Amino acid sequence: MAFEPVREMKKLNYDEMRIYSEAELKNYTEEELKSFKCKYEIPDLDELEKGPWPSFVSDTKQEALRRRKLSDDQMLIGRDVCEDMLGQLQTSFDEGETHWKHGGIVGVFGYGGGVIGRYSDLAEKYPSIAMFHTVRVNQPASKFYSTDFLKTICDMWEYRGSGMMNLHGSTGDLVLLGTTTEQLEPIFYELGHVLDTDIGGSGSNLRTPACCIGKARCEFACYDTQDLCYDLTQYYQDELHRPAFPYKFKFKFDGCPNGCVASIARSDMSFIGTWRDDIRIDQDAVKAYIAGDIVPNAGAHGKRDWGKFDINKEVISLCPTKCMSMEGDQLVIDNSECVRCMHCINTMPRALKPGLDTGITILLGAKAPILDGAQMATLMVPFMKAEAPYDNIKAFVERVWEFWMEEGKNRERLGELMQRVTLPKFIETIGLPPAPQMVKAPRANPYIFWKEEDVKGGWNRDINDYRSRHKR
Amino acid sequence: MALSKERLGRYNPEKPQENRLTDLGPRHFWEFFPPVIKENYGTWAYHDILEPGVLAHVSDSGAKVYTVRCGAARFMTVEHVREICAIADQHCDGYVRFTTRNNIEFLVDSAEKLEALKKDLEGRKFAGGSYKFPIGGTGAGISNIVHTQGYIHCHTPATDASSMVKAVSDELFEYFKGMTLPAKLRVSMACCLNMCGAVHCSDIALLGYHRKPPIVDSEYISKLCEIPLAIAACPVGAISPDKTESGLKSVKIKGERCMFCGNCYTMCQALPLSDKEGDGVTILAGGKISNRISMPKFSKVVVPWLPNSFPRFPEVVENVKKIVEAYAKGANKYERVGDWAERIGWERFFEQCELEFTEHLIDDYRLAYDTWRTSTQFKFTDAAWALSKEAGGIE
Repeated sequence: MAFEPVREMKKLNYDEMRIYSEAELKNYTEEELKSFKCKYEIPDLDELEKGPWPSFVSDTKQEALRRRKLSDDQMLIGRDVCEDMLGQLQTSFDEGETHWKHGGIVGVFGYGGGVIGRYSDLAEKYPSIAMFHTVRVNQPASKFYSTDFLKTICDMWEYRGSGMMNLHGSTGDLVLLGTTTEQLEPIFYELGHVLDTDIGGSGSNLRTPACCIGKARCEFACYDTQDLCYDLTQYYQDELHRPAFPYKFKFKFDGCPNGCVASIARSDMSFIGTWRDDIRIDQDAVKAYIAGDIVPNAGAHGKRDWGKFDINKEVISLCPTKCMSMEGDQLVIDNSECVRCMHCINTMPRALKPGLDTGITILLGAKAPILDGAQMATLMVPFMKAEAPYDNIKAFVERVWEFWMEEGKNRERLGELMQRVTLPKFIETIGLPPAPQMVKAPRANPYIFWKEEDVKGGWNRDINDYRSRHKR
Repeated sequence: MALSKERLGRYNPEKPQENRLTDLGPRHFWEFFPPVIKENYGTWAYHDILEPGVLAHVSDSGAKVYTVRCGAARFMTVEHVREICAIADQHCDGYVRFTTRNNIEFLVDSAEKLEALKKDLEGRKFAGGSYKFPIGGTGAGISNIVHTQGYIHCHTPATDASSMVKAVSDELFEYFKGMTLPAKLRVSMACCLNMCGAVHCSDIALLGYHRKPPIVDSEYISKLCEIPLAIAACPVGAISPDKTESGLKSVKIKGERCMFCGNCYTMCQALPLSDKEGDGVTILAGGKISNRISMPKFSKVVVPWLPNSFPRFPEVVENVKKIVEAYAKGANKYERVGDWAERIGWERFFEQCELEFTEHLIDDYRLAYDTWRTSTQFKFTDAAWALSKEAGGIE
């Protein structure tokens, strides 16, 4: 099977796009790197070069050295940008406070997001980072890249920016850290015209959607996470670039309830793959696990000795609904009682697989603590088919957005709106019937907000009629 | 088409709309898949973790793809990215992938290529001595610590991110390289509770936190901010209108009401919170996002505050190690940190991890009552005896 992009994409060939020659790319020696000294005293950062974990300081020094040796016409922002960043970081350590100013409204024409303005409050001391704006580049779904793409971004970014970046930011974008206001439009033009790609979201808009690896390399994926992510990203380009929402809105796509992109914790609308038929069982493979011929949990426990695999102890008794049993040498699952937690499938992946009638569960309203405390997403749609062109999903998205855009206050996340208007009112407004799946338990208090129309005869009563039966 | 070297590239400030391309969206994912991924898309049958950091996925057709997962600082320079590309060009037909947790994944389609790739990766070190591409981060171990920008790029942090993550990762390196834990353990880091890293459902979360109420930049606040918005931004009603001696509009802060969330500073730059002595680190534990066995759960605050001891945060490292080591020793196979804490009881968790339980850990915010213990089921730990003694129950 193959997918087609929504439009013809420009071919990428680094050798046709590059700025730097091979000689310029290798413009320093190992010896020069070893003896490199930052122009500022940075003892705390030098300390962070030690230890086994990859050191961002060592990496930054590489780029600092490269920039020292590049010719003046091979960069458009300050040569010392890396060293100034390190210098300011050391100052921040010394003083225990950040030195980035608050705010700074910059961007590209016609878009309301994707660029974050940033200014140093130590511009005289560290002039190359006086302006240090961020550009969020919308990552390809599940973050596979060709080196042609990455190498071209690197040349463009070293030339027009600091050469420092994040792979990737928390929301999922490829983040370019540190450039001047002047270079924002040129960078945007290069991204569009040469790399045929776009920037991501920031501010009160649809944030760059992100997904797990899905069917590209995972046997558990219950729907095409990449395809749905790409499809909705393209379909909602306007919402992504032009802030029209009360606050940010995040889509994230997990292929199964293992939740590798954490959609349930950090997206306003969480799409999690699931199935509604039976778990597929290969009884021979079950026997092989029991016999010890296959290592459980795909070998995730390495060489630590946890004893011989015990299907009762490790699978059947850990099942949250106790819907599994052995009948003779056959593993039996009461699928109607299964809550699809994935434990048995994760533990015996060669023997058990998700069903074939797959789709998504949709949950709403996750967010970080600002403001009224963290929220996880609440179950809203138990099962929805997820097949291109995903019209059913788009219709649901828009039902939710319509209400949120109408009722949401400035800087109110969907989860907070759901709490403020209450869940019963929220589902009534978006047109969903109440279901016990939406709650962990029914309410423990009887303070039901009965509506007048719920009660026979309404609320208008005559006190004289009442007093005709009850003396004062 | 070549990248432009003109100062303003293809952009003409005289005609900003000329040749403007908008709403292109991201490039399509399909072109970035190596051939073995394209050929076997949607037909993967199973996978095995051959050793820490090395995965083998097998498709229905019997085709195999080997993945080598490497740790990385999510902050990297073009110099490092070019080296990643050189490796991908040499071993992986010019393709590479990054995971949600900022790991780098190199994919090859044969066991021979795998060995050459691993050898190459393991041999690369930065001039300062650290590994460029440590292999690991799979299975029942600790994967890369996801984190936020910190002092490198953010205006609201209460601590730094990259340095703390480097310090903690150095100390937890054996768990990244091994799979000796009862289950996976996810560590996350956010430098303030805006939590652009959403760490609130992690096995161990490190969170920068302020402890001093904002300072009011009285002479400037009326010029810099919409005062009513700043007042409305406070979730606990600690900000009220005020006037300076010179009669300028300003605000005053009721310090004892402040919960140091920083939402006012987000709305108004004249209300900064950061402070060397005030700022520090909170540790939360026991959260998860997977639905495996138990439902996803929030992390709970287990260490209220530790100082920002740059650059290596020894107090944070020590407390994280205490939790990891007690968990490694005490939890059952497949049990996540939160599942383990709930099984043994939080009182036992504090005892096993040798963490002090202070009044700061008892919730006094909204819905606090949900966390109070309304049962006679508890375990006797030293804390129970100390409490009983204080209440006059025992000598």
